[in-house]
Amino acid sequence: MHARTASTSRLPITSDSDLAWVRQHVRQAAAEVGFNLVQQTKLVTATSELARNTLVHGGGGHMEATVLREGVTRGIRLSFIDGGPGIADPELAMTDGYSTGGGLGMGLSGAKRLVAEFTLESRPGQGTTVTVTDWVSGVPSPRTGAP
Amino acid sequence: MQVAEHDTASEAAKELGAFLERRREQIAQRWADATLFRTVFTISRDEAVEACKAVVDALADVARSGRLEDVAAPGFDTVRDQLGRMAGSRAQAGFDPAHIDGEVVGLREPVAALLRAEFAEAADPDAHGPTLALAVLMGTLRLVVMNTTVHAGQELISRQRRQMLEVATPVISLWQGIVAVPLIGTLDSARSQVVMETLLDAIVDQRAAHVILDITGVPTVDSLVAQHLMKTAAAARLMGAECIISGIRPAIAQTIVQLGIDLGSILTRATLADALAHALGRQDIAVPPRPVAVGASPR
Repeated sequence: MHARTASTSRLPITSDSDLAWVRQHVRQAAAEVGFNLVQQTKLVTATSELARNTLVHGGGGHMEATVLREGVTRGIRLSFIDGGPGIADPELAMTDGYSTGGGLGMGLSGAKRLVAEFTLESRPGQGTTVTVTDWVSGVPSPRTGAP
Repeated sequence: MQVAEHDTASEAAKELGAFLERRREQIAQRWADATLFRTVFTISRDEAVEACKAVVDALADVARSGRLEDVAAPGFDTVRDQLGRMAGSRAQAGFDPAHIDGEVVGLREPVAALLRAEFAEAADPDAHGPTLALAVLMGTLRLVVMNTTVHAGQELISRQRRQMLEVATPVISLWQGIVAVPLIGTLDSARSQVVMETLLDAIVDQRAAHVILDITGVPTVDSLVAQHLMKTAAAARLMGAECIISGIRPAIAQTIVQLGIDLGSILTRATLADALAHALGRQDIAVPPRPVAVGASPR
């Protein structure tokens, strides 16, 4: 990542009310950076999915939000970090409809489709870090498009 | 040595208590003009003086009991409520706890001045003890006020949280057999449980055949919210009612599709008006569009 970073903020994710705070923070940051309404909604929705994973599957953790600047473009990078049990099979976890928590199983895979860049690092017993990055539209994204 | 020190301290505390009792009227008069009391008791100065006297009495009581450093001293009990209300009223006026604390600190000097004057008159070389005791006691008063402020804040938060749950789900009867539940704010698990119960009760109570869940006021629809909506719709269907989700904004629609959630099993409409039109249509109630209606949008 050779983008110049401006500021990083760190928010705890330890309860349901933290989720609401994290969503609000991301919505505000996205609006300030210049995301349009659709992009804001997508990023906030991805945030909601990933932050809930951190809380429910990771047993709580925190989010780091960084505003990025690359040339004239601005973006946001969000990292969701937990020290939970980790994901045994990341590929399986990324499959649509696969869930261990009784949900729809669209959280991880859906969040990936909502943002430009998505990385998942996890080792069993070592926790999970999901990092997503999105840019103000105009930058070609590696996304393959809506399903 | 230890005992002697302790004796001196309790002696000073008793002396301070007696002083506070003796100068009750004067202290109250001076405090009534202090920012803290003047801004809270705005209706009449007498009221402020009475409030000040209550605090002086409490302080004298605590001093006599010798528990100068004890925040939980029974002497404070009589004024705890009053101090809480005062701090609350300052907080409502937009002042942060540090500022309120500063105003409480400001109460010490008038009393200290009186104390100094009294001992100077008596040319008492032992003025040190009561002055120190006063400093300790006023420090404890600061803590008491701070405690009540924090406590009041927590109380307010938990009360508002309960209110949010209750207020957030009104059931609106739109037509015979058609009810709408507008949702506003975050739809977490606790709230969606309330929504489902409210809605199912409405189906029974109002003999509704059509229920409209309007999510115009829900900022984020993620997979969990979608799942809640689907479950609610399924439960309504089990009770013989048709559930329509309305108020799906363009940004939300795009997000749901990209997220990969299939809401195909639920009847959805863009606006509450569309949902109502659909429900009326299903009841064979025709609402003919007026040819030239003011403010009507073409359909």
